[in-house]
Amino acid sequence: MADDLFKALADATRRTILDELAERSGQTLFEICARLSTRHGLGISRQAVSQHLTVLEAAGLVETRREGRCKFHDLNTAPLRRITERWPAPPVPNPEDSTR
Amino acid sequence: MKIHLTSVLVDDQAAALHFYTEVLGFLKKHDVPLGEQDRWLTVVSPEEPGGTELLLEPARHPAARTYRDALVEDGIPLAQFTVDDVAAEYERLSALGVRFTQKPLETGPVTTAVLDDTCGNLIQIASRPR
Repeated sequence: MADDLFKALADATRRTILDELAERSGQTLFEICARLSTRHGLGISRQAVSQHLTVLEAAGLVETRREGRCKFHDLNTAPLRRITERWPAPPVPNPEDSTR
Repeated sequence: MKIHLTSVLVDDQAAALHFYTEVLGFLKKHDVPLGEQDRWLTVVSPEEPGGTELLLEPARHPAARTYRDALVEDGIPLAQFTVDDVAAEYERLSALGVRFTQKPLETGPVTTAVLDDTCGNLIQIASRPR
């Protein structure tokens, strides 16, 4: 499971897909492709985007659902919690302390 | 050579005529019976009544379903229409019960949105490039 997660995150295009899904969850493959090409200048084929989504889905970061005859992709950031559970982040500094 | 006619394949011509005229706002141009069940049915934009006609063509060919289902599954529109203001059209059509598979999205110089025509197709609306 952890390997799937790190593999999924180890690719810039897949991280960009997560960024776009974070802005708006519930996108069709068409919308994801439109965002990658027009906003990020990524000229990758629909098939390649579909393969990236399969990797993200295997890691649990993307979930798909059907509504009518359409397939939508939702972001699920829950698996990321495993990273901070394994290597806890330092506590957030108290803003009052930092002014000293 | 000119593009005078283009077409979308529809499940039901009567339902399509209702959606394309009453909901989207096109005007019926030609309606001629063809055989026992089909019609030569076209609509035009009220902004351009002499412009390109859209044929609402029966999707009776067995391959049509496979093709259109695959496009719809991936959210790919079959046709694109131009509007002045995508956000305003999104509000107007949503209020009429139209289902959008892509809400308005700014992509560079144009804004687009994708809707379900209830006749088996997705349609993209796009603003003119600024």
